[in-house]
Parts: sequence; C-alpha cells; structure tokens
Amino acid sequence: MSKRREEADATSKGRRKFLIGMTSAASTVGAIGAAVPFVKSWTPSAKARSAGAPKKADIARVGPGELLSPIPSWRGKPVFVVRRTPEDVERLATENPELADPESEDLARQPAYARNAWRSRSPELGVYVGICTHLGCSPKYFGEAKPEDFASDWEGGFYCPCHASRFDLAGRVVKGVPAPDNLEVPPYSYLSDTEIIIGVDEDTVAAAGGDVHLAAQPGEDPEEIA
Amino acid sequence: MAEPSPARPLVRLLAWVDERFPLSETFEYHASKYHAPKNFNFWYYFGVLALVILVMQLLTGLWLTMSYVPSGEGAFASVEYIMRDVEYGDIIRLAHSTGASAFFAVIYLHMFRALAYGSYRKPRELLWLIGMAIFLVMMAEGFFGYLLPWGNMSYWAGQVIVSLVGAVPFVGEELMTWVRGDFGISDITLNRFFALHVVALPIALIGLVFVHIVALHHVGSNNPDGVEIKANKDDNGIPLDSIPFHPYYTVHDFQATVAFLIVFCAILFFVPEMFGYFLEKPNFEQADPLKTPDLIVPVWYYTPFYSMLRATTFPLFGVAAKFWGLVVMGAAVMMPAVLPWLDRSPVKSIRYKGLISKFMLALLVVSFFILGYLGTIHATPLTTGIAQIGTLIYFAYFILMPWYTRIEKTKTPPERLT
Ligand code: HEM
Ligand code: FES
Repeated sequence: MSKRREEADATSKGRRKFLIGMTSAASTVGAIGAAVPFVKSWTPSAKARSAGAPKKADIARVGPGELLSPIPSWRGKPVFVVRRTPEDVERLATENPELADPESEDLARQPAYARNAWRSRSPELGVYVGICTHLGCSPKYFGEAKPEDFASDWEGGFYCPCHASRFDLAGRVVKGVPAPDNLEVPPYSYLSDTEIIIGVDEDTVAAAGGDVHLAAQPGEDPEEIA
Repeated sequence: MAEPSPARPLVRLLAWVDERFPLSETFEYHASKYHAPKNFNFWYYFGVLALVILVMQLLTGLWLTMSYVPSGEGAFASVEYIMRDVEYGDIIRLAHSTGASAFFAVIYLHMFRALAYGSYRKPRELLWLIGMAIFLVMMAEGFFGYLLPWGNMSYWAGQVIVSLVGAVPFVGEELMTWVRGDFGISDITLNRFFALHVVALPIALIGLVFVHIVALHHVGSNNPDGVEIKANKDDNGIPLDSIPFHPYYTVHDFQATVAFLIVFCAILFFVPEMFGYFLEKPNFEQADPLKTPDLIVPVWYYTPFYSMLRATTFPLFGVAAKFWGLVVMGAAVMMPAVLPWLDRSPVKSIRYKGLISKFMLALLVVSFFILGYLGTIHATPLTTGIAQIGTLIYFAYFILMPWYTRIEKTKTPPERLT
C-alpha cells in the first residue's frame, strides 16, 4: 500500500468511527422514540377508560345479610355490595387476631373514608371489588355465620374457591391463606338513600376537575361534599 | 445433436435453477449428504413429528381464522358456528385443539430424549438454548390461543395467569393493566392475544425452528450412545458410523409420521376432548366475568408448572407468597436452559452414566407426572404438601447435578457406535 493511501486510510478510519458513533447515537434515540407509540398503544384506550365509567347500583334491593344480585360490574370487574346485619356490624368492630390487616394499614386497598372496621362509608353497607387479591378469581359470598366445609368456625364473609382464600364481611383477608391483601374498596358515593354510584367519590371528582354533587352518607345532603 | 431424453428438460431446469439459487446444494447439505449417526432409535422421531405438527397447526389455524371473530361479542358464537355450521369446521377446530396437546406431548418427549442422551452438552449448547426459546414461545402461544374461544375457563385461566404479572413488586398493578389493555380481561385483551397468537408468535416459532435445524446440521446430531461420530472419519471426511439422512432416515421418518397420524386421527375422531384434559368443560359456557368456575385448571401441559406455583404458599423476606410462586414457576420453566453447564459427567448418554444420574432422571419424570396430575385437582393441605416435595425433587435434579454427575462411577462408552 502506498504511504498516501495509508494516511488516507488512517483519516478515514477516524471519520468512519465518528460517523458510526453519531449514527448509532441518533438511531438509539430514534428507536426509543419509535418504541413509545408501540408500548403506549397497549395501555387502556380512551374507549376502555370511558367504559370504566361509574356505575349506579340500587341498594334498596339488598336486604340485611344479603349480597346485591345481579352483581354489578364496574370496569369489567364484579362489585360485591353487601348489607350487614346489626350483629355483623358489631362483630366486625371487635378485635379479630386472625386477620392479616385488620386496621387497613395498606392505604392502597381502600379510599380514606373506608379506613375503619367495616371498610365502608356506613357500617351496614359494604362495597368491595369482587376479585381475589391472590390470582384474580371471584370469591363466593357465604354471608351466614355457620360452619362451612372450608372453615368450621366461619363467621360469614367471602371464600375464594380457587386456592381457598378467606375474607371477612368487611373484605379483610385472613392470615395464612394465599391472598396477601384485603379486597379492594372501589371509590363510591351515595346518590340517595337507596342508590350508590361506584367509581365516583370526592377524589375522583376533584381529579377530573368537575363538580358533581355527591353524598358521603345515605340521607346526607349531596351539596355537602361537592 | 441427439434428441433430449424425457428427463433432460427437468435436469436442465434444475441446472438453470442451481445457477441462480443453491437448490441442489441445500438439499445435499441438509439431506442427501447430511451424515447422521447410524443408531437413531425411537426417541429420534419426535423432532420430525414436531415439524409435522407445526405445519398442521399453521394450516388448521389459518383455516380457523377464516371463520373466527376476535371480539368479546362474537368469539364464543363464532367458535360454535365453526363447530356446527361450517363444513368440516368441527374437524378443523378439533384438529387444532388436539394438535396443541399433541405438540406439547411430542415436545416433552423430544426434550426428555435430550436429557437422557446428554444432547444439550458441548457442542450443542446453542441448539439446546434455541430449543428452550422454542419451548417458551410455544407456552405463550398456547396461553394466548386458549383465551380465543372466550369460554368461561378461557376467561378465568387468562385472569389468573395475567394476575401473576400483578405479583411483580411496585409496578405489578400497572403492568397488568398494560398487558390487558383494560382494567380486567376484556374484548381488548382478546383482540391483542389474537394478534399475538396468529401473527407474532407463529412467525417467531417458524424463525426459531429454522435456526434450530441450521444449528443442528452445523454441529450434527447426537445419538443414543452420546459418542461423537465425527471423531472417526473415513478418507473422504465422512464419519464412519454415519448414514446419509436421505434416503435412509427420510423413509424411516415417513413411516413414523404415518403411524403418528393414525394415532392422532383416532384421538381426534373419538376422544377430542380427552375427558376434559384437552378441552375443559367450563369452556363450553361463554366467558362470564362475574362467575368463576369452581375449579380453575390450565390445560394438562401447563399443570406441572401450575402445581409448583400453587405449592409456593409461604411469604419470604417480607414479600408475598404469590410473588414467589411466580418466581418458582418461572425458574422451573427456565431451569433446563442451564443444563449444559450443570452436567459435569465425563459421559453424555444415560447408558453410561452412573446410578445416581439414572435414579435422579427417573425421579424427575415421576415427580413431573405427579405434579402434572395434582395441577388438575383441588388443592388440599395434603396435595399441597406432595406438590412441595415434587417441586423440591424437580429442582434437585438440576441443582444437585454438578455434584452427582461428578462423584458417581460411570461406564466407559465405546469408541464407536454400538
Ligand atoms: C417446534 C418445535 C421443535 C421442532 C420442530 C424441533 C425439531 C427438531 C428436529 C427435526 C431435530 C432432529 C431430529 C431429532 O433429533 O429428533 C431436533 C433435534 C434436537 N432438538 Fe428440537 N425441535 C423442536 C423443539 C425443541 C425443544 C423445545 C428443545 C429443547 C428445549 C429441542 C432440543 C433439541 C435437541 C437438543 C436436538 C438434538 C438432539 C440430538 O441430536 O440428540 N428441540 N429438533
Ligand atoms: S385466586 Fe383466590 S385464592 Fe387464589
């Protein structure tokens, strides 16, 4: 090889390296940018989000000790609306060492207003997402306090047939079952004494910047928390 | 010039093609001059059978797509339509569902052969890893496909498996919504799984099978003796203990294919549901997001791994059991991938390995069957206990391998094939 050719080669090597470096950097940025639409398009579409819209439920139809049926669905998930008897209400408020998280310490599982012994706005009416926190089966309602196949000292609640997780009537999970967490409490509010709306509460309204009139308790004047 | 004989035009056509495309060369490289060990046995049929099933699945799947409607409203009804109204639709649909089970049966046997004869060992590590990638893609393919009929078991099995993603610490919940594209399994999830099942994964599978064969023909097949035939070659560089793949093994494999298809058709025509193991009963009911079937069971080919998931019942390091279940199941599926680096035996084939290896392999098979069975029934404390032991045995086969393959007494393999 001639000397000049070698010199030219040396310069072009440097230039080639520089070019490859620049184009690789640019393509990396481009590839990341191009990945965004593909990744983002898998998140819920606008339609899916609006189908997750609030759902009203007529609670006049559910008597003490009963589960509202047909089971309403919100965001494609079953929602358990249960009316507890006065005995249930009392029992839930007494300490139970068998529960994994009796005080609802895990704040992500329920809105602030449901951080009480009944995990609900009002003690008698409970509203829970009917999806087991283990692997997502829908637990079954065994409302009565009487011996069952899966627990001889059953005090009423929800039982998941998939891998035998148990929850009390406030959706609180028992220790030592596969499900790690309490059932989720969806945001909800009272529209009147006999109707609730699932998926809407003061936080969701504030987040949406709207002013819908809701009540925190049955019989309360809707204006109060608007 | 003499008149060209009748064969001449074809020969000339071949020459014309060969100048433009390496047709004869490829055929020679992969068949007529591919020198395979002369002692292949029964266990060496399953690779070819897997290829046959792959083609069948592509064909029946393509035909199903012509009548199937991928939507929450239409899916279940369209499968019923295929089963009842489309001419020969039931045969095509059941051939596809039976084919899925046959595919896994054949692949499990194919993998067992590699375990027994040490086919994963040097120089076939990459061939083995490609095989593992195929196995993973197949598992995903089966899972996505199972949602498509939109029966109640489709729905809830999908729900349970996608929920596993939710066990990932911190980002689980969002990841789950991202995978589903909705707040629960829905129409949107169905459409997405459909796209993956009919477009993305089949393409990946075909590509992987192609490189699987390329890698195999580059290193050459192993054989039941686990002795490298390339160590003894004749003057032309052809292994002494080999025979050309074509016509010897092509004829052989052709017979096996016919025998396989006879068995396959017998199952297809007489017991396509296989008593609920191939097609599960709740799946003859439409998906109902408000009603879980009493017992959620995956199709049989996932049940050994599902058992291990269910057997993981205790939290560890303050992380919930369901996350560890996910870890155990994932590790169980991936474990065979590291075999090439776990096996320290001086010999490859189980024929010459020591007693411990034989015993461990037998234990592995037994525990795999027991785990598979337990995955199909309700879990009780007793079955959970058994499943935990089974899980330990499964992992022991792999984790203890570096130890027991080194200490045991092996037989000396012959120089040449037996
Ligand atoms: C679509 C799926 C697959 C197809 C079509 C396929 C095809 C084949 C074929 C035709 C052969 C040669 C014939 C034989 O040895 O039986 C082969 C060999 C082999 N395959 Fe596969 N295979 C598939 C999946 C797998 C999987 C999942 C694994 C392992 C994880 C695997 C591992 C191997 C190994 C190690 C060999 C060499 C065996 C030996 O030489 O002893 N394959 N495969
Ligand atoms: S899904 Fe409820 S216990 Fe597993």
